[in-house]
Amino acid sequence: MNNLKKQDLKILCVCGVIFAIFQVLLYFEFIDPYWEANIILILINIILSVSLNLINGYTGQFSIGHAGFMAVGAYVGAIMTVKLELPFVVSLLAGTVSAGFLGFLIGIPTLRLNGDYLAIATLGLGEIIRICILNIEYVGGASGFMGIPRITNFPWAFWIAIFIIFFIKNFKNSSAGRACLAIRENEIAAETMGIDTTKYKILAFTIGAGFAGTAGCLFSHYYYIAHPASFTFMRSFDILTMVVLGGLGSMSGAITGAIVLTGISAVLADYPEWRMVIYSVTLIVLMLNRPQGIFGSKELSRKMFKFGKLGGKIHGGTAES
Amino acid sequence: MLQVKNLDVFYGAIHAVKDISLEVGDGEIVTLIGSNGAGKSTTLHTISGLIKPKNGKIIYDGTDITETSAHKIVEMGLVQVPEGRHAFSNMSVLENLDLGAYTRKDKDGIEKDKEDVFKKFPRLYERRNQIAGTLSGGEQQMLVMGRALMSKPKLLLLDEPSMGLAPLLVKEIFNIIKEINDQGTTILLVEQNANMALSIADKAYVLETGRVVLNGTAAELAASEAVQKAYLGG
Repeated sequence: MNNLKKQDLKILCVCGVIFAIFQVLLYFEFIDPYWEANIILILINIILSVSLNLINGYTGQFSIGHAGFMAVGAYVGAIMTVKLELPFVVSLLAGTVSAGFLGFLIGIPTLRLNGDYLAIATLGLGEIIRICILNIEYVGGASGFMGIPRITNFPWAFWIAIFIIFFIKNFKNSSAGRACLAIRENEIAAETMGIDTTKYKILAFTIGAGFAGTAGCLFSHYYYIAHPASFTFMRSFDILTMVVLGGLGSMSGAITGAIVLTGISAVLADYPEWRMVIYSVTLIVLMLNRPQGIFGSKELSRKMFKFGKLGGKIHGGTAES
Repeated sequence: MLQVKNLDVFYGAIHAVKDISLEVGDGEIVTLIGSNGAGKSTTLHTISGLIKPKNGKIIYDGTDITETSAHKIVEMGLVQVPEGRHAFSNMSVLENLDLGAYTRKDKDGIEKDKEDVFKKFPRLYERRNQIAGTLSGGEQQMLVMGRALMSKPKLLLLDEPSMGLAPLLVKEIFNIIKEINDQGTTILLVEQNANMALSIADKAYVLETGRVVLNGTAAELAASEAVQKAYLGG
């Protein structure tokens, strides 16, 4: 246990250093505004992919309605800031809680479904959320919710992302997290071991949806606007792609997936006609060579480098620690 | 210890278990034998709460558990080892055993029971850090039995532990079942291998297309002509 905390502190220190470097680079304008925007988008995408990984990767429930929860967070946060003039922290919390609560409500009926049925149900629900928003005049309807102040900046996005990564990492190592992993591995066996499978599936779904709401709130407070078109099922697929590309069930994978894919689209922004071509070819090549994703279900660790090979015969930290 | 009264279970329109009643006494080994589709596994799933019956009552240790959910039933000490060796195949042997103790909080007791499991299944100790999916069929069967023991069952439901195993291994598994029983755990055993099951059981029920067609002590049934003809190849 002590060992683990020490490791956490080390990782936090590394995060602090990374933060300082980027902050300095941004301050002296070594990073141009275009890349600054992309770094913040990467951080938001990390939150999305890590929270989806909790549902899809750790608990094994194939959900593809993440954009819907993101939309809820984006709009609720915007209402809090613009209409009720509350501080940003309150907006963030409200966005998180409302998306989480909606996830909880939706989770109760849908998590009885398995596999493709659950995927279709969540896909539909994501669209329902978007279409509902599209028809609410109070939040701008089809023209979007305009006039949101830009409050999200690099420190906000960075530290919230770090907080969520640590939260989900600790959740995975808790007894609830082990229950979720057991459900993914074998639901019948989990049930016969005395694990309340429904409860933990809903718990993971609620937490994942809540953090998607946080990401949505950061998103709308960066782009001045919350628009229904930003939250179509294409975004859900983007997030899913990040998770699968990085390796379903791996935190390091989800983070890497978000960085790589957001990075690729940013680099290719100058070649709009080639962008989707290269993007999809990259995906195809990666999936052909590493169908389990970049990391598989492993985590980035020092051992990985000792053996010198990604995903060799190393089992992630849980067994040893 | 366990009484099942007039159980009726349906899968949609299919009447899988028809009016089954059975009784398991404290410390006994009771076996349900019968061919494929006789309703043996369905009966076990219903007892452990994975399926809810249409009619009938299940009374365990004096409490009616017919409507109790599966995870609560496990906490009460009634644990099922499902058919087909549902090991957590991407986890190590040790992690599997730890999950077996999921409902327990007593750390010392868990460690002690883990040692006991390793004593019963030395093979598992040799392979404690191996990923469960890479174990052989027999080892996986040992693992799921060991995992069930980790939850400290009072009544253990075993669903076809001999399935797909070599005769020597079957013998070993059955010896261990006997040993578990000798240490005070009551056992309800579902088997296709009637010979083996009757050799260690106290009581037996013969199921056919969802009904109990015969019951009695294991010795009686093993001697009965009907059973010999149908199940023992006599």
